[in-house]
Amino acid sequence: MPKLTIDGIELEVEPGTSIIQAAEMLGIEIPRFCYHDRLSVAANCRMCLVEVKGGPPKPVASCAMACGEGMEVVTNSDMVHKARKGVMEFLLINHPLDCPICDQGGECDLQDQAMAYGYDRTRYRETKRSVKDKEIGPIVKTVMTRCIQCTRCIRFCSEIGGTDDLGLINRGEDVEVGPFIEKNLATELSGNLVDLCPVGALTAKPYAFTARPWELRKTESIDVLDAVGSNIRIDVRGNEVMRVLPRLHEDVNEEWISDKTRHAIDGLKKRRLDRPYLKSGKGKDAKLAECTWDEALKAVAERLTGVKPTEIAALAGDLVDAESVYALKLLMGGLKSPHMDCRVDGALIDTSSRGNYIFNSGIAAIEDADAILLVGVDPRKDAAMVNARLRKAFVNKQVKIALIGEPVDLNYPVETLGDTPQDVEAFIAAKDGFAKIFRDAKKPMMIVGMAAFQRDDGAAVFALLQQLAESFALVREGWNGFNVLHQAAGRVGALDLGFLPQGKDGKDFHAILDGARKGAIKALFLHGVDCFDVRQMVGKDCFVVYQGHHGDAGAHAADVILPAAAYTEKDAYYVNTEGRVQMARKAVAPLGDAREDWKIIRALGRLVGIEMPFNDLSELRTAMVKEYPVFGALDVVCPAPVSKPAAKSGVLGDQAFVNLIGNFYQTDPISRASAIMAECATTYGQDGALEDAAE
Amino acid sequence: MSFLRQTANAFLLTELVAGMWLTLKYFFRPKVTINYPYEKGPISPRFRGEHALRRYPNGEERCIACKLCEAICPAQAITIEAEPREDGSRRTTRYDIDMTKCIYCGLCQEACPVDAIVEGPNFEFATETREELFYNKDKLLENGDKWEAQIAANLVADAPYR
Repeated sequence: MPKLTIDGIELEVEPGTSIIQAAEMLGIEIPRFCYHDRLSVAANCRMCLVEVKGGPPKPVASCAMACGEGMEVVTNSDMVHKARKGVMEFLLINHPLDCPICDQGGECDLQDQAMAYGYDRTRYRETKRSVKDKEIGPIVKTVMTRCIQCTRCIRFCSEIGGTDDLGLINRGEDVEVGPFIEKNLATELSGNLVDLCPVGALTAKPYAFTARPWELRKTESIDVLDAVGSNIRIDVRGNEVMRVLPRLHEDVNEEWISDKTRHAIDGLKKRRLDRPYLKSGKGKDAKLAECTWDEALKAVAERLTGVKPTEIAALAGDLVDAESVYALKLLMGGLKSPHMDCRVDGALIDTSSRGNYIFNSGIAAIEDADAILLVGVDPRKDAAMVNARLRKAFVNKQVKIALIGEPVDLNYPVETLGDTPQDVEAFIAAKDGFAKIFRDAKKPMMIVGMAAFQRDDGAAVFALLQQLAESFALVREGWNGFNVLHQAAGRVGALDLGFLPQGKDGKDFHAILDGARKGAIKALFLHGVDCFDVRQMVGKDCFVVYQGHHGDAGAHAADVILPAAAYTEKDAYYVNTEGRVQMARKAVAPLGDAREDWKIIRALGRLVGIEMPFNDLSELRTAMVKEYPVFGALDVVCPAPVSKPAAKSGVLGDQAFVNLIGNFYQTDPISRASAIMAECATTYGQDGALEDAAE
Repeated sequence: MSFLRQTANAFLLTELVAGMWLTLKYFFRPKVTINYPYEKGPISPRFRGEHALRRYPNGEERCIACKLCEAICPAQAITIEAEPREDGSRRTTRYDIDMTKCIYCGLCQEACPVDAIVEGPNFEFATETREELFYNKDKLLENGDKWEAQIAANLVADAPYR
């Protein structure tokens, strides 16, 4: 443990800590461009120079110099200041003076530090160099003349993004950052390059020129476009969401977010349901027409009270928040209907214990695992941030990863062990190869995707995986390696609330759809259900109520449309795949006549004669926490047990696991409405495979 | 004595004559008033009057939508929206000045890096309705075209002092 003093303050640090990190612990900020605490050290910007007394009489780069015993570091001497001013002058030699038209203006490291270390005039009389801009995809716009060659983007791509697309070309004066051949970045994390770039060389293409950082109002919220629940900051101007940025959360998304999270927000302005609609007319002439809230709710209430309780069913979709699901469950309970389900992707998830359907280890624990088995999952498309962790685990520890399921394109080596349930059986019986590594591992981890359950024998597959967990002792003292990776942000919350068939008579998702087709279900309440073609699946006589925010599959089939708020427009709880309850906050007002979901359901309840025991959101939450205590603690993961394998669980089929998410960029109504996501989908191929644009 | 002097002044109309004499003196001096709508007083090249958005000699608008004027405006009278133009350059799609909010401090023209927004020499822009004072981009560019010669001359005249 070396002991050193920085600016006269003495401290002791772990061996191997760099001076810049030690200074940060003391709250002393050292200017830097190339250093980033999640990337490797390059030490090429030379901005972080400090003076180390006792060493050679020259400034040293504090990011690359490890703390040594008895060092005396000075970060603000005249020598340091002069050295940094010199570095800044060199950096500015070739940097254009185009701050007024640069999107980084106002949040630019170079701009800020030029205020501290820049000379007010130039001594450079020669011509400035200019660099040709590169085309690297629909997300990142490049103005390469502004580049100061800090190489953060290169290191991000190769270390975290898992693609060696970017590199430094040429030397000295001619050095350029760019793809070696004109090529779109083959990573779904490319938006993070924009945050990393300390200057305006890489900026967000969809956000180009639209707003300045000082105009934006910032709201800290939660992303709902996958089940990871990435922490985000929503930047708003007026009543318009301008951009989404990541927010630091070490256990969930670190400081990255996927391109979908970041850039699907233009979908919030398109295809929106901004007023209630009611179908009028009979038969083929029936058409949805605008109506008032009173008319719409009255029509729904009449229908719900006009049929038998057992002919009513409700489904909760992918993007629903916990509060509204709780209200909807109360409504269905009041109507005395047992038919409800939230597993609208058809996944037969076992819900007998909470540990059966959540990511028990936690996402951060992927880094601790020493052998990882993926079953029926494509982490890259299901949850890009989980994939980033898997890659991190591979890069840091060369952890062994194997896959049973559809072969997928991942940015770390994966051993494929087959793709059918029989291969899982064989794996349990196997004695050598990956099975041996897995059995010997101290912290073995299994990640199960929805593809394992989205099949007729889902229950049997689950029992098989429970056997696997028992056989390899995935659940042990201080470690629970049984993980289910969800695809939808609302799913775990709805499962926690028990939005499932009630009692013995309750119909599940498949039975509800079957009933709706054959006439056993006469009124179907769709709460944000868009993940399948509802019109095809539901019969003509079934009265369909759709509550949601986009005119997507659900709304097309609806007889009544109740417009609701999207995730940026309401305060709501979402439970991520780890079972972590997080709060999304309202950044803008709901569009048009749209209302928050729980309010709509409560108003509907009043019309059918069900008084719900709350009048505002805090009362709703109090009631919900009383009944479901997991919602009582925000941002914690409660340990949950995995149940023992059941004796009877049906017959195991022999079909291969098939991943249903083909297109990473268009998985939900918001991203399907987004023009930018559509462009990404075209660029990167409809099946999500990254095509080489140059060829 | 003072009684005698007062009486003499009263009977000899001294004060009246002195007043008339002053009037007579000014009668022969040059006039200080001007016949306003037909005559105008001189104004400084730095005069801060009605706003205008200027163009380059080739007709291209100068404004690059950097939003510095919007940021610095103490009365928050300026509203700007921007997006990439077809050729990829940064341009405003909306540039509004609420002339009823404006306090004519001139900070916008000081902030402008390309001399696009200027306060010109025109001070005669009173209107009959309030709405006419909500200037949009078209109106401001039109002002620029109208006053360009004088604005350019004023900038040149003021340049040595900056």
